[in-house]
Amino acid sequence: MPLIALDYLDLALAATLLLVNAGLSIWLQLGLARDTLIAAARMVVQLGLMGLVLKVLFTLVSPWLTALFALLMVLFAGREAMARQERRLSGWWGYGVGTAAMLAAAAVVTLFALTTQVQPEPWYDPRYAIPLLGMILGNTMTGVALGLHTLTTTASREKGGIEAQLMLGRPRGQALRPVAAAALHTALMPIVNSMAATGLVAIPGMMTGQILSGVDPVEAVKYQTLIMFLIAGGTGFGALTAVLAGAARLTDARHRLRLDRLAAKKG
Amino acid sequence: MTSDAAPLLSVSGLERAGIEVPDFALAAGEALAISGPSGSGKSLFLRALADLDPSDGAVALAGADRNSMPAPRWRRQVTYVPAESGWWAERVCDHFEDWDAAAPAAARLGIPAEAGDWSVSRLSTGERQRLALLRALVQGARVLLLDEPTSGLDVEATWAVEARLREFLSDGGAMILVTHDPAQARRLAKRALRFERGVARPERRGQ
Repeated sequence: MPLIALDYLDLALAATLLLVNAGLSIWLQLGLARDTLIAAARMVVQLGLMGLVLKVLFTLVSPWLTALFALLMVLFAGREAMARQERRLSGWWGYGVGTAAMLAAAAVVTLFALTTQVQPEPWYDPRYAIPLLGMILGNTMTGVALGLHTLTTTASREKGGIEAQLMLGRPRGQALRPVAAAALHTALMPIVNSMAATGLVAIPGMMTGQILSGVDPVEAVKYQTLIMFLIAGGTGFGALTAVLAGAARLTDARHRLRLDRLAAKKG
Repeated sequence: MTSDAAPLLSVSGLERAGIEVPDFALAAGEALAISGPSGSGKSLFLRALADLDPSDGAVALAGADRNSMPAPRWRRQVTYVPAESGWWAERVCDHFEDWDAAAPAAARLGIPAEAGDWSVSRLSTGERQRLALLRALVQGARVLLLDEPTSGLDVEATWAVEARLREFLSDGGAMILVTHDPAQARRLAKRALRFERGVARPERRGQ
């Protein structure tokens, strides 16, 4: 089955849906028109740039350029994960803990998939490496951000209970254990829910893409299953690393709770 | 380096942002009363002694410096009981290693044995205060750092707590007690410090 290519008129036609929405918003005075149109314009520009960059990367198939691009993706994901936390660690830790956890988890899982399951030739072929990393990173970012957010907000809220345990001589690992467990629980909830619902409620985006481009549904299902396992693994590693590192930073070697290492509340 | 000659608690050169405290030592059986307006540094002082916030200076228990032992071991022996107690589990008994063993001691403070099954959320302020003190006592603290231990209690419960604290002292413990009641300070402690804007000075007693 050949791929049905889209021309720019097709895109313009689809964009009229958005214009209709914006028109309705103005008519009903919902105040959404401006934000919607700006977001749509951003999306077009960002995707356009992404397309251009990927085209260059795929033509050159350079390991260094691919690695550089992958690193940039991780750095952007780190910024996004930090922005999603209400109370973050102060200083470089606020950015560093989440970013380092994502870098480690996404790199391990992507390399594992490239070298053992997908095995493109060469193994670093950006046509495989970059989309795989993108999907793993996107979900790992959500997990890391949720985990750190829950860790810091719960530790602040449960300060009394945590310190009461420390005062009685419990070690920091024991005193923070319920908080860390709650943070990991929250971090993994989306991926667990999405695995449970996949195939029932929605056809996942990547599988849709493969089917639209003519791939046999059974093959598309295999790819989607692989991706879900990779995503779940990456999210688990990333969230665990981030939450343990965050919990270590929120305490010190003398088993004190160090909420003074959180930046002031936003807003 | 534990020696029999060393005082039970000795504090010298204690430095922590916001407070200034003279050097002092407490022998077994001794109590030190702390007074001063709220926000004058009393709680910061007790937290520093329990090593809950970073501070410099030599703080030692029976001659053993706090930095020579892991912080949890220090805090099991030098235990801070704040004015507002913290709780981390649903039921009262989950906050004790062995509630049944603690029950007789609880009864002496006016807390019935069945309180072990109560939910923490239904405890009154006074019950929380007494149970928090009990937690520190039953695990064998040698120095108690008490922040207004009887502020929410009626007269009868106050007497029961004071009797228990006197027994703790005569058993060889030492304590530092923040109290706003000068009469209580005189009943329990021979010495006193007064905090004013972070600076502690020995309080002279008229009689």
